[in-house]
Amino acid sequence: MIRSEIIRDIAPILRDQLVVCNIGLPSQELHLIDDQASTFYMLGTMGLSSSIGLGVALAQQKTVISIDGDGSVLTNLGTLPTIANNVADNFILLIIDNGSYGSTGDQPTYAGKKTSLTAVARACGCENVIECKAEDTGDVLQSAIDNKIMTVIVSKCESGNIKVPVITKDPVVIRDRFMTEVARLNE
Amino acid sequence: MSVSNKIVTDFVANGIEFVTTVPCKQLGGVIDAVEKEPSIYHIPSNKEDEGMGLCAGAFMGGKRPAIIMQNTAIGVTINTLVTLTQFYRMPLPMLISYRGELKEPVACQVEMAVHTKALLNQLNIPTYHFHKPGDEQELDAILKYTFMCNKPVAILTDATFWGGY
Repeated sequence: MIRSEIIRDIAPILRDQLVVCNIGLPSQELHLIDDQASTFYMLGTMGLSSSIGLGVALAQQKTVISIDGDGSVLTNLGTLPTIANNVADNFILLIIDNGSYGSTGDQPTYAGKKTSLTAVARACGCENVIECKAEDTGDVLQSAIDNKIMTVIVSKCESGNIKVPVITKDPVVIRDRFMTEVARLNE
Repeated sequence: MSVSNKIVTDFVANGIEFVTTVPCKQLGGVIDAVEKEPSIYHIPSNKEDEGMGLCAGAFMGGKRPAIIMQNTAIGVTINTLVTLTQFYRMPLPMLISYRGELKEPVACQVEMAVHTKALLNQLNIPTYHFHKPGDEQELDAILKYTFMCNKPVAILTDATFWGGY
């Protein structure tokens, strides 16, 4: 399975949750497959999906899922100790780990070589880290939502991309409709 | 009241409940005061761009954020300031130690100090400079301005303001 197939698989689960989606193809794929006002699409700033998502989770009650990539987590590796030491049980970090920088042409990442992000997350102090196969992502994600315990999921998949259009929505519109959903869900 | 306590009192009065910090010796007192304030969630960051991501999330989650950092951080946060904070029009008060100014003992700090205001100016970031004791009286108005206009706003605080390094 490649990332877009995982996103298609989990889109029905994401629908009812607050989602922060990683820059580039992951956001473009999710936007194409099932655009929701409750998704914050990152149009820039590689690496900060987990930081933004943790911030949202710490500021309000509803479940927040950050969709990240192995390359993006490597860009902002300092996020994992911050997550571990600021436990938000409404926060799930889903790292779709295809071992490559998909949005820039599938150059290999170190996570596809010797580095295990699962082991790194555990070493950083994250207490609930689950590595799964791509096809099990939906089940693992759903139980993480149901368990209400902060969870880091590392979903191992193959690298590869589909053709998707860029997101042309205005960033302020994306931000405003996301905040409206946050307020509505917390009423 | 100490300057650090006055700053945190203004944060609280302006509804700031989420503060991320990357330490600087000059900001030690204000970071301690943030940590001690029960109405503020203090979340130390490992790098300032990470902190700006946390602040963006907290703002969208409904809490007013602030970041406390050194001016060297301007060098590592330009992309985040431009493509996250400014692009999505989010407010972010940035309380910044202005290292490399008068009374600075470390030569290397001057190298970033000479670029600090030029970079902030280039980024169209409203910038205030606390140089003399008492300049902190303007902080309340600066915070109100920041949350009125939804922009990142820089408050540079130098060694003379803090009473020497």
